[in-house]
Parts: sequence; structure tokens; C-alpha cells
Amino acid sequence: MKTNNFKIKALGLALTAAMGLSTQVYADIKIGVAGPHTGANATYGDQLWRGASQAAEDINAKGGINGEKIVLVKGDDACEPKQAIAVANRLVDSDKVSAVIGHFCSSSSIPATEIYEEAGVISITPGSTNPKLTDRGYSTVFRICGRDDQQGIVAGNYIVDVLKATKVAIIHDKDTYGQGVAQATRDQLHARGVQEVIFEGLTRGEKDFNSLVSKIGASGADVVYFGGLHSEAGPLVRQMREQGLKAKFVSDDGIVTDELVTTAGGAQYTDGVLMSFVVDPRGLPQGQEVVKHFRDKGYEPEGYTLFSYAALQTLAAAYKATGGTDNEKAGAWIKSHPVDTVMGSKEWDEKGDLKTSPYVMYRWDAAGKYKQI
Amino acid sequence: MDALFLQQMVNGLTLGSVYGLIAIGYTMVYGIIGMINFAHGEVYMISAYLSAITLALLAFFGLHSFPLLILGTLIITVAITCAYGWVIERVAYKPLRNSTRLAPLISAIGISLILQNYVQLTQGARQQGIPTLLEGAARLDFAGGFVQITYTKIFILLASFIGMGVLTYIIKCTRLGRMCRATQQDRKMASILGINTDRVISYVFVIGAAMAALAGVLITMNYGTFDFYAGFIIGIKAFTAAVLGGIGSLPGAMLGGLILGIAEAQFSSVINSDYKDVFSFALLVVILIFRPQGLLGRPKVTKV
Repeated sequence: MKTNNFKIKALGLALTAAMGLSTQVYADIKIGVAGPHTGANATYGDQLWRGASQAAEDINAKGGINGEKIVLVKGDDACEPKQAIAVANRLVDSDKVSAVIGHFCSSSSIPATEIYEEAGVISITPGSTNPKLTDRGYSTVFRICGRDDQQGIVAGNYIVDVLKATKVAIIHDKDTYGQGVAQATRDQLHARGVQEVIFEGLTRGEKDFNSLVSKIGASGADVVYFGGLHSEAGPLVRQMREQGLKAKFVSDDGIVTDELVTTAGGAQYTDGVLMSFVVDPRGLPQGQEVVKHFRDKGYEPEGYTLFSYAALQTLAAAYKATGGTDNEKAGAWIKSHPVDTVMGSKEWDEKGDLKTSPYVMYRWDAAGKYKQI
Repeated sequence: MDALFLQQMVNGLTLGSVYGLIAIGYTMVYGIIGMINFAHGEVYMISAYLSAITLALLAFFGLHSFPLLILGTLIITVAITCAYGWVIERVAYKPLRNSTRLAPLISAIGISLILQNYVQLTQGARQQGIPTLLEGAARLDFAGGFVQITYTKIFILLASFIGMGVLTYIIKCTRLGRMCRATQQDRKMASILGINTDRVISYVFVIGAAMAALAGVLITMNYGTFDFYAGFIIGIKAFTAAVLGGIGSLPGAMLGGLILGIAEAQFSSVINSDYKDVFSFALLVVILIFRPQGLLGRPKVTKV
């Protein structure tokens, strides 16, 4: 019995040693890309993955980070908080990633970052805009996008100043992100002296919003603001037009994908839809080479693709500057140094938010494309 | 009666009629073998994909007139979905016919997961959509407001009521219907009298799938968008409708669907759409407290 025990211990020691050795030999830097790779919002996960993959390829081709190669690990949260926690634990415990790009949905990012914070893993989200994410005083959480309160201010001002609306119906999808941005817009409207006529939620995953649409119609709203994602925005705007509502449709950066037209059933329904989104990074001079590279490969880097690319660039820059993967040093470095990315130079504040957030309004046209106004 | 109320009735009726079509599948299967077919929502989802694929194929082969297009899509989608219904019954439920009551239930949940993941893997996780087939709407000016009904919605109402009518005729007046009713009343006695009850059970699954396929084509036409997860919420709602109307009762399923659809629409209009699902389920609870067998269900007679 005793010898047996001893043998097992010895074997264990040998194994540990071997594993220690193997990590020494293959010292790649593992970085997780977490987001909805499956599910109704898989298109955003795809954007994140493509952006990060291209960035990893480009950085590795130039010699990697301090001579080490970047290896990406996919983490699928399907935009579900429960699954996000499971994925975060897997990335930290079994994949042993140094940092994470993601998650996408705020409702996933908020619980997942608790795990990353505890493990000291830096996470940079390309798309989660809920204020709570960075308001909790965590040191490892960053975002390379705006905040809903900033987005709400831009949308609210646009509704008052340009659309001159007096009756605004505000609809959201009862999710952390959608409701958050809807509330931010409502707050800004209140600040500008406009009271909403309706503030109500719809259920994600449903397709029939006809009864809500009739109610909006009866309220006489001249602008409908929707906080949520394209999978609900498409059917909602279609059913509005089908019931003969002519109210302007304004939404957020959750509808930034060509799939909006698919879910609405044609560009005739999305024609004239307005949305707030940061300045399209595809038009910036710093990113032209990368954008061309994507297009040569037959992929249009829409939506969050370049955000994801820039997030990995930021990580690489921090690891290079601090000479390793010490996340405490890297985090402090990001907060004190501007980083040159495909989206231009970016600077972060103490909370991990961007110092400037350039939200602007976009309009969808009859051909199913969106352009900055 | 104002314009908003009427508009909401229209919304509720169209929504309710498709709930009713799907609820028929739940209620008939429960009536005949006493199990809840949780994979039924996924059968609807499959039919949504099939209808989009068939539409694309027919359009590709140069079929562009709306009546022919929709008829072709209906026939092909219903046929293939029926095959799905038949295979599911044969593979997942028939081998478990004489085991405990829980076994086919677990098997149904398994089939539901398999179908979801199968569609996700083969068709992709993205939202799929079809272009609008039937454009335009009828508009009625009414008491200071207006009611607008798209032609698609009128078509849905007509098609689902015709579907329900045909089914009622089959069950009430044909040989197949008599066999179904006999099997439902007493399976052992029916088989003693020479009815092949296994085959009748298969037919019931096929009928349920056909109704789900009809709903699939209509819903896809109306909303134009679906994904591999679309069967879940609508399946739950249709199941609620079946229980509300009295599970096992065919007219009950139709009535339950319509009541649920109208209740949802009117509640979100008068009170708040945030809580419309809460209201639907509260309504279900209240009805079950006062009529445990559902609105049109027959109370269970305990034989001594």
C-alpha cells in the first residue's frame, strides 16, 4: 500500500515536471476570443474572431510578441450569461489564457469579467457598452468601444435637435445592453425636456411585435427608439411599416450588420433607419492597409471586426512594452500610454474606458447599406 | 370599439391562429398516447427552413406567380415535414411504447436537442430570412384612426382556418378519423377490433407535423426571418395554448391558440408588453384552477 502511494506520488511529480517543461518549450501566448460564436448573434462572434485572427497572423508574421507567437482560443458564450461564466472558467483554468478579447454582449461580459478579474486576466471587449462593466473598479477590464451613456447622449440629442421629435416611443429588449442604452437615451431626452410616450420591453427571440407596434401607432409617436440587437430590430421595423406607421426608427450599435436587412425581409423596410455607432473605422487612414488585406481575402471587415483587431494590437503593444505577460504591469501600461491601432491612437482612463468616444449617427439607405450622416 | 382595439384583435387572431395550428400537434399526440411531444416545436422550426429552401428552389426554376409559388412550397414543405414527423415517432417513441411514461418524454427532449443542433450545424447559426412574397395591405379608416392588415395576414387567417377545417373534417367524418378516435378512447380495445394502432399513432404524428408545416410556411411568410432556435418559444406558447384549451381536445387547441394570441395582444395594448407572458401564464393558472381539464377538455373519469 505504502509503496503504491509512493509510486503514484512519484509519477505525479514526474508528470508535473514534464508539464512544466512542455510549457517552457512551447511558450506561446494564448489569448481567448470570447463571444457569441453560435446562436442568434453568431455574426458578431464571427466578426470578433476574424478581426483577432487577422491581427494574430499579422503580429506573428512580424515576429510575434517578444519572440513568442500568439495562439488564439475560441470561447463560445452564445450571448448567454450562464454559458459566459462556464466559458470564462474554461479559458482561465484549462486553456490558461493570458488575456481575453471579449465578450460581446454586456450581459455576458459583466459576469465573465468577475472571473477574469479574480484570475488577473486582462479582458478587452470590442463591443460591450454597458456602463456597469467598467464602473465596478476592476483593474483588468478594458473596452475599445464607447459606453451606453455616451451613446444615449448622442442619440437623444439627435432626436431632439435634428428630428425635432416631441413624441418618442422607447422600446428595448429587456437585456442588460438594450435596456441600458434605452434608459441612457431616455435620460438624455428628459434632460432636453422631452418626455417619452411609451417605455416598454419586448421579448428576445420572439418575432411577433404587432401588438406593441399597434400601441406605438396609437400613441402617435413620431420617433421610435429601439435599444437592442438586429434580430429583434428587423422584425420590429418591418411590422411598423406593415401597419402603416411612418415614425422614424432610431437604434443603437447593436444593429450594425447587414443581417438587419435579412431579418427585416428586405431593404425597403430598413430604408431610413437611423443608428448611433462610432465613426466607421474602415474609413480611417491608419487602417487602410488592414482593410485592404481583409477585402483581398474576400471578407468585408464590417461591424466589430476592426475593433477586435485593435484590441489584440493593444494587448500585443502592452506585452511588448512591459517585456512579458505580467498582466498587472500590462494593465497599468495600457492606462498610461496611448496605443496606435488600426482605429487610430487610443487612450484609456483609470476605469478602462476610452478617453474619447466618437459616437456619430448613421443612416441605412434603400440599397441596404449604412452611411455616416 | 376603437381602431386600436380592432387592430389588436387582428394582431391577436393572426398570432393565435398559428399558435393553434402548432398546438394541434401537441394535443393530438397527447390525446392518443398520453405523452407530451417536446420535439414538436423543432418540427415547426424544420418546416420554416424547408419552406425557405423550397421557395428559393422554386424561384430558381422560374416560378414567380404568388399562388403557384405558395402552393408548391406548401405541398413540398408539408410532405417533407410529415416524413420528419413519421421518422421521429418511429425512431424515438415507438421503441419506448411499453416502457415508463417518463421514457418517451426524455426521448422527446433528446430529439428536440438533436434537431436544433443538426439544423445549427448544417444551416449555420445565423438568422435566415426570405424576401417579402406578398406586398401591400388593406387599410380601413375607422373612428379617428385606421386599421391596417397586410395581405399576408389575411392569407394566414384564411389558410389556417382552412387547415383547421380540413383537419376537423378528417377527424369527424373519415375512416382515418374514426380509427384515430377509437385509438384515443381505448387503445387495447381498438386493436382487438382490428385497428392497427401503431399505424394510427404514426398517422397522428404525421398529421401534427403537417399542421406544424403549414404554420411554418405561414410564419416564415409573415415575419420573413427565423433561426435554428425559433421552435423553442413558439413551441412553449403552443403547448400553453393546448393546455389552456384542454389537452387532448382538437377544438380546444384551436380555441386555446386564439385566446392566447388575443390575450397577449390586448394585454400588451392596455397594460404593458413587458408582462404579456406573465399575463398569459397567469391566465393559464386561473383557468386550470377552475377547470383543471382545460376549457374544452373532458374530465378524466376514474373507472372502478
